[in-house]
Amino acid sequence: MRPFHYSRPSSLAEALIDMRDALAAEPNSSAAFLAGGTTQLDLMKLEVSRPDRLVDLNALRGEAGHIRWDGTSLRLGAFARMAEAADHPDVRARAPMIAQSLSLAASAQLRNMATLGGNVLQRTRCAYFRDTSWSACNKRVPGSGCAALDGVNRAHAVLGTSDHCIATYPGDFAQALLALDASVVIAGPGGGRTIPFARLHRAPGTTPHLETSLRPGEIIAEFIVPAGGWFRRSLYLKVRDRQSYEFAVASAAVALDLEGDTVREARVALGGVATVPWRAREAEALLRGRKLTEEAARAAAQAAFTEAAPHAHNAFKVELGQETLVRALLQLATMETPR
Amino acid sequence: MNQPLFPAPDVKPGQTPPRYEGRAKVTGEARYPSDVRLPRTAHAYLHTSRIGRGTIRSFDLAAARAVPGVIDILTHETIGDDPRHMPAIYQGGYISDSVRPLGSADIVYWGQPVAMVVAETFEAAREAARRIVVAYAPHPTLAADIRSADAVTQAVEPMTIDTGDFAAAYAAAPVRVDAGYTTPAQHQNPMELFATQCAWEGDRLTVHEPSQYVNNVRFGLAEQLGIDPGRIRVVSPYVGGAFGAKGFLTQRTALVAIAARRLGRPVKLVATREQGFTVSGYRAETRHRVQLAADRDGRLLALRQEGWELTSRADAVAMGAASMTARLYACPNISVRINTVAADRSTPGFMRAPGEMPYGFALETALDELAVALDMDPVELRRVNDTQTEPVAGLPYTSRSLMRCFDDAAARFGWKDRSREAGSMRDGDWLVGWGCATAFYPTYAGNSAARVRLSADGRVHVSSAGHELGQGMYTMMAQVAAEELGVPFDQVTASLGDTDLPPAIVAGGSSSTASVAPAIMAACEAIRRRLGVEGGSPAEVMPALQASGMWVVEEFAEVRAHGLPAESMASLYRGRATPAGGVHLADRVQFALGAQFVEVRIHARTREIRVPRAVGAFAAGRIINPRTAHGQLIGGMIWGISSAIHERSEIDHRNGSYINANLAEYLLPVNADIVDVEAMMVAEEDHQVNRAGVKGVGEIGVVGVAAAISNAVFHATGRRLRDLPIRLEDLM
Repeated sequence: MRPFHYSRPSSLAEALIDMRDALAAEPNSSAAFLAGGTTQLDLMKLEVSRPDRLVDLNALRGEAGHIRWDGTSLRLGAFARMAEAADHPDVRARAPMIAQSLSLAASAQLRNMATLGGNVLQRTRCAYFRDTSWSACNKRVPGSGCAALDGVNRAHAVLGTSDHCIATYPGDFAQALLALDASVVIAGPGGGRTIPFARLHRAPGTTPHLETSLRPGEIIAEFIVPAGGWFRRSLYLKVRDRQSYEFAVASAAVALDLEGDTVREARVALGGVATVPWRAREAEALLRGRKLTEEAARAAAQAAFTEAAPHAHNAFKVELGQETLVRALLQLATMETPR
Repeated sequence: MNQPLFPAPDVKPGQTPPRYEGRAKVTGEARYPSDVRLPRTAHAYLHTSRIGRGTIRSFDLAAARAVPGVIDILTHETIGDDPRHMPAIYQGGYISDSVRPLGSADIVYWGQPVAMVVAETFEAAREAARRIVVAYAPHPTLAADIRSADAVTQAVEPMTIDTGDFAAAYAAAPVRVDAGYTTPAQHQNPMELFATQCAWEGDRLTVHEPSQYVNNVRFGLAEQLGIDPGRIRVVSPYVGGAFGAKGFLTQRTALVAIAARRLGRPVKLVATREQGFTVSGYRAETRHRVQLAADRDGRLLALRQEGWELTSRADAVAMGAASMTARLYACPNISVRINTVAADRSTPGFMRAPGEMPYGFALETALDELAVALDMDPVELRRVNDTQTEPVAGLPYTSRSLMRCFDDAAARFGWKDRSREAGSMRDGDWLVGWGCATAFYPTYAGNSAARVRLSADGRVHVSSAGHELGQGMYTMMAQVAAEELGVPFDQVTASLGDTDLPPAIVAGGSSSTASVAPAIMAACEAIRRRLGVEGGSPAEVMPALQASGMWVVEEFAEVRAHGLPAESMASLYRGRATPAGGVHLADRVQFALGAQFVEVRIHARTREIRVPRAVGAFAAGRIINPRTAHGQLIGGMIWGISSAIHERSEIDHRNGSYINANLAEYLLPVNADIVDVEAMMVAEEDHQVNRAGVKGVGEIGVVGVAAAISNAVFHATGRRLRDLPIRLEDLM
């Protein structure tokens, strides 16, 4: 195995210093943070990730492992485990979509380990990214090409793709955060900042290796999810090849604020079909102010996929993604919401 | 004292004994071959080819050698003359494929071992194997799968069947079906990886390896290494799943033996999950064309099935199971053609119901299409064509209870409530479909031997070099000996999976019980004869022993299976015991039969396919242990569901690689996918098949499920899907 340095700082401040020092000593350092480890250790075994230093953040749970409702927002500590958030009464009652997105992901064992912050940073399952014997992967080796373009690409993205990368963003929780206009509290060596969740992930473009807007040495500390009229009437619908322990082929995170059967506000994010957590603003705009009929749902779903760019094996994802959104919208329309 | 977490079971007379080795397995006491720890063991790790066809130009081993702890690196340049070339089992050898490992610079499939590192630790061996740099010269063309233009199709002439005049009868018939079907490459993926440990003591070699045929490994390896087979012992007391993948010697074993000989210390190899995709054989992709013709009452007038099976360029492998599908129903005009399609892939092999699953899928789906064309209930179509005589040579079935299986399973399933029209059953947003199909598996048995020892304290020991794959071999052996000698089950101990024991047949072809139970019965009979109670009741045995003044009686027996010539017994002692039976007998045909019924639900919008319910009924002669048989049958049915809607080894056409060679991306059902699976055992007595009256249940459960699902999908949607696996995109 490849040797690496390991540290386990006891506070967020110490962790930031550890990483800052590592980066100062070696500007090209491949140092990485370790949270639940369900992605990082997996990729290290595959040698896709080869950090020279691991800064273990698992002692930070006391500082940033909280889940609470502060009267206007859900505040989710980045070091809370997926299972803790999925089972939390405030999350389940106030924003069912968030609880569903978490409990439909992975397996119970993984949800007990994986953190919320690590979850949104989960790397793609693209086989050509995960197998280093494929020399062409722009995400793994910038400028090397993309083996998936002409390869087996059933699982790949149809939205947000480029000629450089079509790898699907694999997570579920991120779609919920995106739909609900969450923001991300980031701690960094130069102080903290808060950004909209929508600005966390970067579409591949010409630089698929740059996946987020996090700067070197920064750590996600918290997600803040502001309440809205659509909070309770929300769901996460996940379509997949088996009933559990499987990534989405297509998913939809949808929240609606209805007045009678008319849409006052809609929030739509799509998963399994895009390179990044995908906000379908065109769909939302088409729904706003309209009665939620099958026709309206279908028009919104079509609008969400007008830019779709399928490849050899994933053309079905356009129709499937649309049907997933239609199904989610119509299911929400008839959902009973306790007030 | 503490209560043991898993107390030893207390079996009452008349109860079905539980799994003999169950407690050892759940407590971790059972030691699988890779669990055995030998002093001074060195660890091996394979480096496998990343191209599908071409040659190795050079190795750069400098970085690998620099890894601390590396002892040896074997390549074709350093390995020497061993192992010797051996033809594959299909061509008379002992081995699953004939491509000699590290044999030359030629690469003939992706995943081919090109180097093996041996190091002080597993971690160092893995690290060094990853540091090996191989410069390849890829061949300009590559045939990655059965559809490739560069693949070479060849007819398998001996598998041709022509009965009556198919062409004329088909042309003249009033109702016809003509359709093509495909099944994908699939891999067995046993939970236990492909492990081998080799230890030499002087010129004697012990091999610890999970195996379905320890004597095959022993004799094959002896030939590969040019040594006396008497010097090799193969030990395999537990196998963590095999499903055909551990049926025969693979090339890895000789590499480990050679490395251990070079180093003078034990060497252990555990091939990775990905390497397991090419270390042994797999279910090759197949294509089929089925033509059926019937009169308006559904009676078959003509049947033709042509199959194409992928194979490697090195070895021609064809399962050719149209020899069975052509004999399932009464039909006067039959034609069968089988072809191999050679591509740049590793040699395929056996996977649970190797030919029966794909050929059965094609025929049983075609029959459903015929039922639709006739507007006939598919169960009634099978009834109209039921027969006690196979139609090709006119030989009798030893027993055949197919329609009893259909009737019992249909009643249990509630088939009479089915509305026949496609798309007519719906539950809210879910389209509901019900489908059925015939399950069949040939009854095989082979020559086997066993030894039984009875002592006056009432203890019995039974031994035979059979194999425990999880199917219940220990349990069966102990149970048969207990019943034959009139002692309680818990007084019997059993040994198996060791070449030092009396030889038995390969644990394949669902033939273990049918082969070994008769040998145990014969040994027990010899004990009764020694005690002068031959032909008496088992209760007379112990009193007779106690009265005899002897303390121990021990008898050995070998049994020859029906249909095998006298000279075949020698092959049992050379690791070549082959199953006989099925459609290969001169006087009769032998089959276990069954009926599969499934319900599928398909979401009207997003098209997920679910199988909430499956009912199978099987008539397989005597069931020795209903508990372990039930496990085999529902396990098979679940795999049938998996074969229909989940599993496919995904091939990248640029290099012939499997890009989902891991248990995350190779889709298998999880518990949430499997809801209500019921296997019924239909009582059937068959005194002809073998002394035990056993037909075997290891494989039949998987057969027919995929067709039943495809037929149910048609019933739900009106869409006929002829290519497996059926996935949601096929229903968009």
